[in-house]
Amino acid sequence: MLSPVLCSELSALEPEYTEADVISTVEFSQSGEFLATGDKGGRVVIFQREPQGEYNVYSTFQSHDPEFDYLKSLEIEEKINKIRWLPQLHSALFLLTTNDKTIKLWKVSERDKQPEGYNLKDEEGRVKDISKITSLQVPVLRPMDLLVEASPRRVFSNAHAYHINSISINSDCETYLSADDLRINLWNLSITDRSFNIVDLKPDNMEDLTEVITVAEFHPHHCHLLAFSSSTGTTRLCDMRSRALCDQHAKLFEEAVDPASRSFFSELISSVSDVKFSHSGRYLLTRDYLSAKVWDLNMEKKPVETYQVHDYLRSKLCTLYESDCIFDKFECAWNGTDSVIMTGAYNNFFRMFDRASRRDVTLEASREVCKRRAVLRPRRVCIGRKRRESDICVDSLDFRKKVLHTAWHPTDNIIAIAARNNLYIFQDRHSPSGHHGVHRIEQETAPQLEDTPPQ
Amino acid sequence: CFGTSEVLMAGADGDDSLYPIAVLIDELRNEDVQLRLNSIKKLSTIALALGVERTRTELLPFLTDTIYDEDEVLLALAEQLGNFTMLVGGPEYVHCLLPPLESLATVEETVVRDKAVESLRKISHEHSPVDLEVHFEPLVKRLASGDWFTSRTSACGLFSVCYPRVSSTVKAEIRQHFRNLCSDDTPMVRRAAASKLGEFAKVLELDYVKSDIISLFTALASDEQDSVRLLAVEACVSIATLLPQEDLETLVMPTLRQAAEDKSWRVRYMVADKFSELQKAVGPEITKNDLVPAFQNLLKDCEAEVRAAAANKVKEFCENLPEDSRETIIMTHILPCVKELVSDTNQHVKSALASVIMGLSTILGKDNTIEHLLPLFLAQLKDECPEVRLNIISNLDCVNEVIGIRQLSQSLLPAIVELAEDAKWRVRLAIIEYMPLLAGQLGVEFFDEKLNSLCMAWLVDHVYAIREAATCNLTKLVEKFGAEWAQNTIVPKVLGMANDPNYLHRMTTLFCINALSEACGQEITTKHMLPVVLKMSNDQVANVRFNVAKSLQKIGPVLDSNSLQTEVKPVLEKLAADQDIDVKYFAQEAISVLALA
Repeated sequence: MLSPVLCSELSALEPEYTEADVISTVEFSQSGEFLATGDKGGRVVIFQREPQGEYNVYSTFQSHDPEFDYLKSLEIEEKINKIRWLPQLHSALFLLTTNDKTIKLWKVSERDKQPEGYNLKDEEGRVKDISKITSLQVPVLRPMDLLVEASPRRVFSNAHAYHINSISINSDCETYLSADDLRINLWNLSITDRSFNIVDLKPDNMEDLTEVITVAEFHPHHCHLLAFSSSTGTTRLCDMRSRALCDQHAKLFEEAVDPASRSFFSELISSVSDVKFSHSGRYLLTRDYLSAKVWDLNMEKKPVETYQVHDYLRSKLCTLYESDCIFDKFECAWNGTDSVIMTGAYNNFFRMFDRASRRDVTLEASREVCKRRAVLRPRRVCIGRKRRESDICVDSLDFRKKVLHTAWHPTDNIIAIAARNNLYIFQDRHSPSGHHGVHRIEQETAPQLEDTPPQ
Repeated sequence: CFGTSEVLMAGADGDDSLYPIAVLIDELRNEDVQLRLNSIKKLSTIALALGVERTRTELLPFLTDTIYDEDEVLLALAEQLGNFTMLVGGPEYVHCLLPPLESLATVEETVVRDKAVESLRKISHEHSPVDLEVHFEPLVKRLASGDWFTSRTSACGLFSVCYPRVSSTVKAEIRQHFRNLCSDDTPMVRRAAASKLGEFAKVLELDYVKSDIISLFTALASDEQDSVRLLAVEACVSIATLLPQEDLETLVMPTLRQAAEDKSWRVRYMVADKFSELQKAVGPEITKNDLVPAFQNLLKDCEAEVRAAAANKVKEFCENLPEDSRETIIMTHILPCVKELVSDTNQHVKSALASVIMGLSTILGKDNTIEHLLPLFLAQLKDECPEVRLNIISNLDCVNEVIGIRQLSQSLLPAIVELAEDAKWRVRLAIIEYMPLLAGQLGVEFFDEKLNSLCMAWLVDHVYAIREAATCNLTKLVEKFGAEWAQNTIVPKVLGMANDPNYLHRMTTLFCINALSEACGQEITTKHMLPVVLKMSNDQVANVRFNVAKSLQKIGPVLDSNSLQTEVKPVLEKLAADQDIDVKYFAQEAISVLALA
């Protein structure tokens, strides 16, 4: 899978894009047939995979609008922070979207029939002569062009004092969690007027505040387990069976920091920006500023694998701090078989790591290099002198171009990369498009790796 | 509603009496949801106008495809169709209603599905045995093997209505379908099956209950999903009721014991919440041997929610214990746990206990109450949480019957005073509501001595809701203690407030008079209250003056006609000429209501 081919590239008209077009979240549906993106303008775009393998726009709707909280004199942005798909259990699609304060449940459904026949007017709407009506006519449903409708089904609001950073659906398909900086709430998908607080980190005195929640996620199979991570670099696993309030964690995943290497930036770069359970449910993938770590749920004291994403930035932390880049929240993803992980970086780069062979690759998602149906060429960042023409020097990396949001198809070797207002969808060059069975086999063969030096 | 014949006649020659029906039909597809909803709610009118034939061949097919609509429209439709049998031509044609209800039973909105299932259950009884097998049962099978979970969850609710009325072959198929749904892939379907397990067990032959239901029950009770396991607890009650006593131990108890010790607090909570039902279902012997220790554990559970649920059941559990060993069990097993709960760290647990603990005194009798329970009551009366104290005070009557309230009154008073002065107005409001009850229990002397001043203080509370409740409280006290008591104790104080510099307090005088006049009777009203009201008509605050007019209107019926004519009328006339528009308005209203014009 490490040599992807561009299969769809979807974007607003570059370069005249506006801030509202910037993609803020990307998420595949459970089957992978659909892909949703949310942007800073509060819009959600859903793509459907065509039989040929390409993803095309299926539905677009405005999920959130800017609002003003008059009690607190605060503007509430429309930016979509997260999208989560409900498992598809009905002919319609359901997804949760959230901005900083309000979570919405959307239904996206198809309609291919419409009623015809009125008693008092004709189909063009002209009123009939009432005196000529001699019999009653019951409308009949006739086929029409397929219409995809998105309708808001539930609005879950007023439960978060701080900004919502995560939503996650429980494997019981009945409840979901929402997390803000200090609290995690548990909701029932069909009840909007109440939620239960299950984690509360808010100290009595806000001056004693030492950490904030950065991400929270439910375990993929065990309905009682949830993981949440914090700005101090820890990830906690909570068991909802033991008590109603999960303030006391069952496990705490934290790697001891060498006191000698401690610096002003230590805490900032250790803050966890994303947590993902592996599909098997055994591992946790966490992303901090410079690295990605794989934890075995059975071992708390250190990760089983650590991958350096862009360790060459260690010398640049001061500049990155001044430009606020150090606070960027990079997401991470597992492939369908949990054998490869992927996460984003700067300069429109994104990285993939093969867990078994420990080989890795840096790729670039940008208009200039992505040619349809051509294999993406790996990129290399060098610290000193360029060794090859294609190398790029650390000093010439563009920190304004960042790949924060990435998603991996749940079963196939298809990935979605969001870079600013562009969405790139790549698939393995060896996969004949549209044949799921073949895709799975591909993943078991040795990944195609270019000659990048092992870390 | 339109008579059938009327519309049919009109149909012949373009009469405009067709018009209203035509409007209704057209509005079935109006853009405005409200109009569509109205139309659906008058579906019987439309069906009546169309006649049974066209209802079956045109209206129902249209409705079958109308599943795109808003939930509220679909909900109304699902409900209507449950009462549609006569409109499609009677029981002979009732199966025509199945297609639209089937499509409603598969929509994704739970309330709509549930309503469709309810209607299907209703019309199932109108099917002949033959129709049930030819039309209804195939529908249940289709739903049970549907692609989407929505149809499968709906099927769960339909098995029990058709099972008793079908042949044994079909019965076997139904049991197989139910088994499949109990091990469905999606937790939603397993939940639906678990919640209908008890109901289905009731219609099954006892042998099948023992063979089929028990294994399904055991499987659901050890499901990986907490939300499924907790529903099995409910089924446990119905299943235990169906089985003979000797089978309970082997078939039900292992699962119940396991549920009471489940790792998930939500499951244990469910056991605690259903404890009384379980106790009745398993009978006295098992209760003594198994449920008593289980209940003790729930009372000591590490999760407060579970302890609170168990604490709520303490009284009921003790009441239902077998009489021969009741006292011993309570004294040696339950009471020690209850004592610990009195000083629980969680206030919800303590207040749950406080709401039932007084009930134990009737079960244990006078001596035990004084020796063992009284110290607990007294401790709870001093609890830091107002809700705990309130719950004790609100249940005083149980203790009063057993030991008399005097034993408690020394501790009661400080508790009441503290609640009466609580900083939270809702707490003050709650204690006011118990005042009439307390007054009845404590007697007039104790009341006058200790509580009367509190009742008066509430009249000048800075929160309106408290002043209002205090006024209402006075009325109830007067009803209890009589007019003479009122005249001596509260009327002077109320009337004294008429000279208060704060106009809100002056208005309270008027509100009290409004409330008290009837209870106090004509004499006190005329002699003592009326002069004060009349005098207040000169108040400089307009709000007070128009409340004088309202008061006069209110107390008018209590006064005799002489005082109305000579005293009330002139004052109202003066107020009717007031410069303030509201004063004028209410004065004129009073004049016309009292017929003084």
